[in-house]
Amino acid sequence: MITEFTPLQSLFGGALIGTASVLLMLTLGRVMGATGILSGFLQPESHHDWSWRAAVLAGMVTAPGAMLLVTGQLPEIAVPVSMPMMIAGGFIVGLGVTFGAGCTSGHGVCGMARLSRRSIAATLTFMTFTAGTVFVIRHVIGG
Amino acid sequence: MTRLLTTYFIGLLFGLGIAISGMANPAKVLNFFDFAGNWDPSLIFVMGGALVVTFFGYRLVFGRAVRAPVMGEQYHLPTGTRLDIRLIGGSALFGVGWGIAGFCPGGALPAIGTLNPAVLTFVAALVAGILCAKALRNLTNPAAAKAPRPQTSPKG
Repeated sequence: MITEFTPLQSLFGGALIGTASVLLMLTLGRVMGATGILSGFLQPESHHDWSWRAAVLAGMVTAPGAMLLVTGQLPEIAVPVSMPMMIAGGFIVGLGVTFGAGCTSGHGVCGMARLSRRSIAATLTFMTFTAGTVFVIRHVIGG
Repeated sequence: MTRLLTTYFIGLLFGLGIAISGMANPAKVLNFFDFAGNWDPSLIFVMGGALVVTFFGYRLVFGRAVRAPVMGEQYHLPTGTRLDIRLIGGSALFGVGWGIAGFCPGGALPAIGTLNPAVLTFVAALVAGILCAKALRNLTNPAAAKAPRPQTSPKG
């Protein structure tokens, strides 16, 4: 499946992600990491700690609806992956981000922006393994 | 209330960024990693845009005269510097899962709002994976599970 190269749209989206990350640090002093926020939402330390996570997640989930209101269309989601693979992938991601203590947003954006050693190492590791996995699935197994 | 409204809008902003950038689209994400196939370099621009804004934005935030966030007592930042097997192994595992599904947590969570069945399936499996890993971690190291998380100054 060929996808269109969208440098300006992606750059703009990336800048919004960055702006949200800066604002969450400025207001609550928190890292805008999807894994950390979700993880703490599932098993919160206190009600005070839970409520802001719930609010961030509510904001995230309403974004496609807001986009539909403004532009008249939902974000494009094309899934070239079978449901069993989606389940396996989701479960493995859940294990990995918990042991690795972060994902693309927490390590790849927020941690790298702080020049954290751990985040730089984590990001290089998952990017390499993602590319390797895609190569194996598409060009070794898939042929 | 102001705190929750503010964080709601921050989440909305993040979600819009994900939706507009293409991070919620597995076809696009997987093509970014498919150098040997239909390579789509768009995601470099997502990471680049997010990193540049956060890099300079964080410097402004941490450079403020008041050494605390506007609506909180302190900055909550990880303080560890060790590159241990858990960090690297976990990140490698995350990469494998991302390569299989095409969704990362930040890409999938805002996409829940589309009610796309593939997204909902991924998120359910993601939550199961997170809870499983937490249970495993508590089993193997109950002391660490109970200890409070270290939280200090912005020096990372």
